[in-house]
Amino acid sequence: MRLRAEEISFKYNNNDKYILEDIDFSIESGEVVGLLAPSGYGKTTLAKILAGYEKPTSGQVVLEGCESRNNGYAPVQLIFQHPEKAVNPKWKMRKILSEAGMPPQELIDAMGIKESWMDRWPTELSGGELQRFCCIRVLSEQTKFIIADEMTTMLDAITQAQIWNVVLTYAKKHNIGVVVISHDACLINKVCDRVVSLTGDKRDVISPHIETNQISASC
Amino acid sequence: MDKQPILQVNNLGISFSQYTKGLHRVDLKVITNLDVELYEGEILAVVGSSGSGKSLLAHAILGILPDNAVTEGEIYYNGKLLTPEDMERLRGDEIALIPQSVNYLDPLQQVGKQIKITIKDHEHQDEVVSDIFQRYGLKKEVENYYPFQLSGGMARKVLLAMALVSDSKVIIADEPTPGLDEASINEVLKDFRDIADTGRAVMMITHDIQAALKIADKIAIFYAGTTLETANAADFEGDGSRLRHPYTKALNRALPSNEFVPVAGTQPLPNELPHGCLYSDRCPKKTKKCEVERPRLKEIRDGKVRCLYAT
Repeated sequence: MRLRAEEISFKYNNNDKYILEDIDFSIESGEVVGLLAPSGYGKTTLAKILAGYEKPTSGQVVLEGCESRNNGYAPVQLIFQHPEKAVNPKWKMRKILSEAGMPPQELIDAMGIKESWMDRWPTELSGGELQRFCCIRVLSEQTKFIIADEMTTMLDAITQAQIWNVVLTYAKKHNIGVVVISHDACLINKVCDRVVSLTGDKRDVISPHIETNQISASC
Repeated sequence: MDKQPILQVNNLGISFSQYTKGLHRVDLKVITNLDVELYEGEILAVVGSSGSGKSLLAHAILGILPDNAVTEGEIYYNGKLLTPEDMERLRGDEIALIPQSVNYLDPLQQVGKQIKITIKDHEHQDEVVSDIFQRYGLKKEVENYYPFQLSGGMARKVLLAMALVSDSKVIIADEPTPGLDEASINEVLKDFRDIADTGRAVMMITHDIQAALKIADKIAIFYAGTTLETANAADFEGDGSRLRHPYTKALNRALPSNEFVPVAGTQPLPNELPHGCLYSDRCPKKTKKCEVERPRLKEIRDGKVRCLYAT
């Protein structure tokens, strides 16, 4: 299976400036691809377009080898940077977690989620604890691609390593493709098979991507 | 002792009293035995995961904790024990905070004016502001913007600029880097280094060890509301074998630039703290004694550690 973005351009209605222009991007099942760009280059916008949260102004996103994605479980799942904004504040954690079906217990244990957290409100957990929930709820056999948008930027190193370990092990086992969006070149270097850079010459428009396997030598 | 710390926090404890049901009140202790020392000309990075008490420490030093907070322990500034009145007098003048949330800006005042409040030298205010704006790549017209007109990164830069142009002797920066791109982060870190090199002291609170290691002289590792270790930045070099506490070693190994290996488990919540060492349930070196005895902070190889078996 392949997730492909063809000549994606995007701008908001009230603005003439394009945030994304003529972006081509593709990822195969089972592949881990890093997306590297400074802030303001439209990484998050591209993530939302790939996951179907935003419609591109022109161009299209194609999921090759998969039928309609308009109803039922979305095969492309997005994990947001801020987990506190991605959960319903008026639901307890158990309900949030079981919305798309309760994950198996061994996965819950691997993610380090404690039983006592289930009966709490989202405000009663720390960012690292919440992000474990947000990650585990996309780990389903119906998920074909995961877009991880700065998934562990707000977390300490141990929690970061824990979460990536679980997500990547699951993705490998179920042949899920993972797009890793991060400004941390060391992290991308560690987890990705291939890196796509979105940096162009001009600040306001992103030129078509340059693929590179070379990232900063400091890692 | 040859040098006296400009800021010293001894055995700080913070609890919050909460009403659970009706008039039933509980005290939740969120910080226990927190110790930090800050010297002039030095950058101390305070590193820990969320919920480890980093921001509360900053708020305790400035005396801006919420009303339901009860503190114990002592905070010394220049060798003098701080009273709540002292804190109120010092904050903003001698001790400046770069707050974590960009909501701390006054929403009804143009940002240029807000920055000028902190500049003591009234004659050169305009130059100082345009100088710092230029350095951070903020356009001249941004001075006349109101906070709602700023992007997250711009607001962060304005907060930084405010503290940097003040004459304070101590700067406490609470997570100064999220939302900034790499070039701006490097600029900010370099500014902190320059500030420290002029004899001022910087406490940088962060969860990002990699950023901290770039500039800090010392690193204090927080875990579940306690200081587990204070290490020199050089101790993280190589394989980190010079680090003292098992948690710090694990943290170092978990970095993507190192082995990227996690340890199982999570930081205990304030109401579920173990009796003995706070890290005992995750520690590979745990013994029976660790479960019953909470280790005291001891000095080892020019650093401090709270572990019974550290060498």
